[in-house]
Amino acid sequence: MTVPIGMEAGSAVRETAGSGLAAVEGGRETVIIGLEVHCQLNTESKLFCGCSTDYRSDPPNTHVCPTCLGLPGSLPAMNRRAVEYALLVAKALNCRVADEAEFARKNYFYPDLTKGFQITMYNRPLAEGGYLDIEGDGAEKRVRITRIHLEEDPGRLVHMGTPDRPRYSLVDYNRSGIPLIEIVTEPDLRSPKEARRLLNGLRTTLEYLGVFDGDQEGSLRVDANISIRGSERVEVKNISSYRGVEKALTYEITRQRGVLRRGQKVERETRHFVEARGVTTSARSKEQEHDYRYFTEPDLRPLQVRHWVEGIALPELPAARRERFTAQYGISPEHARTLCGELRLAEFFEQMAPCGNPLLAATWVADTLQGELNYREMEIGKVPPARFRELLGMLCRKEVTDKAAVEVLRRMLDQCLKGEEVQSPAQIMEKNMLGKTAGDTFTGIVREVIAECGDAVRDYRAGRGEALNFLVGQVMKRTRGRADPKELTRILREELEPQGT
Amino acid sequence: MVSEEEVLRIAELADIGIGKEELPPFTRDFNAILDYFAVLDRVPPGEGWKAGIANVLREDRVTPSLPQEEVLALAEAAEDGYIRAPRVM
Ligand SMILES: [Zn+2]
Repeated sequence: MTVPIGMEAGSAVRETAGSGLAAVEGGRETVIIGLEVHCQLNTESKLFCGCSTDYRSDPPNTHVCPTCLGLPGSLPAMNRRAVEYALLVAKALNCRVADEAEFARKNYFYPDLTKGFQITMYNRPLAEGGYLDIEGDGAEKRVRITRIHLEEDPGRLVHMGTPDRPRYSLVDYNRSGIPLIEIVTEPDLRSPKEARRLLNGLRTTLEYLGVFDGDQEGSLRVDANISIRGSERVEVKNISSYRGVEKALTYEITRQRGVLRRGQKVERETRHFVEARGVTTSARSKEQEHDYRYFTEPDLRPLQVRHWVEGIALPELPAARRERFTAQYGISPEHARTLCGELRLAEFFEQMAPCGNPLLAATWVADTLQGELNYREMEIGKVPPARFRELLGMLCRKEVTDKAAVEVLRRMLDQCLKGEEVQSPAQIMEKNMLGKTAGDTFTGIVREVIAECGDAVRDYRAGRGEALNFLVGQVMKRTRGRADPKELTRILREELEPQGT
Repeated sequence: MVSEEEVLRIAELADIGIGKEELPPFTRDFNAILDYFAVLDRVPPGEGWKAGIANVLREDRVTPSLPQEEVLALAEAAEDGYIRAPRVM
């Protein structure tokens, strides 16, 4: 498949055919990116055998059987749910499902395969010709989906030795045979940012469909085709995180621009993304496409499932939910986009609705909470909705200032992180003297103590620091230990400042 | 007809080193096997494969996997529960 080189509507592109010169669009070369996205479908069992897919916390090679080990005489048996999940995705991405799809063997020798071939779909994929609308700069942008197919995940290799001098490899086949859906886009993306947005869009859509869990380690892998218009196309393999995609593409664009600037030609090749170093390195792949010797998998029957599609009911998808959120709750499109951009976040927000002020809830969930979560690299799933709703309720009733509420939230999240039971906002406020009333009460007691302990006050003002400890002790006694000594010391110092200076 | 170059290419893809003197016998064997399978090309297409049986599926139910010892016993070498493979990069 070659990347089509054509004029884009509305852009001033001057092509110099075959000269290897990059075309210029708004002073910069046009970057052309297409993605192949592989996602693990969250079925219970593997694609062609009954081994459990819940392998992540188990020792290596404990979720394998004769079929996923490719032992002689074993036969694959296709998982119905994997097919149904793939059809859900095909429908959600507006694809045409094929009248007949079939699996093929992709032959290559590498220890991540037990059989010497991977069962995948080749010239008869499950679905073709769809699209996904993503957030663009300004208006929405439509990214065309070329095809969707099912395939089995290979095993996982751990290379031993140093990166430059690997000594041997260790293989774990627990992952071997996990159902993967591969989604291939047309080369419609024009920047690493757009690629990231497409990926986020796919992730969100698949999560709304309930077929994918993007938080699971290694559940997503991406290969990217990238070229600067007029130059050869480079395939970057081995990208395994959302952030990695943007990083790998940014690096690769810089590299290709550098090559062109030096008057050299970009070579058509496959490169590997090395996540730890944030670079791509040339991977001399010995196989060319025809070396894979694809042929129909003789042990599996074809799929004729197009008529299933009408019977599939799609759940509310991100775009529909965004519209509903703006209509039903009157929140801004920006907030709706942030909230609906993650299934769990959207669900969390809806649980906050009973607090009575959706606008306030949207701001606090989409901005404040998200910011605090990102800072802690924490997931929304860890936050107890009831406690957060109590906090929003207090904000609505103006029982807490914005500033104090942020403090309460931070302490709540820290308690979550430590695995402690999360206290109610009122408890947290009192313990940390964050509330107006609580603070006033303590200040009152401090003043009482200052008035009554004239000797100690004189000693302190005369420079005897230990007198302060005595005063703190007096206040602590009267607050029955509810106050934080550090906070009390601060209030005391303030109150003991000579007035009028 | 498979040529000696093609046999060499297959060996390269499979990471199998073969000597010059082995090339002619391997090429002969390859062709003999392909000739044998060519018999199938003469079988009239019919009832079997294209008979329209489709959608042979199983339910998504977990069945027991093999014990790890049994899996590792199949391998030439193992380490920490992994199967040990020669250097591949
Ligand atoms: Zn298995």
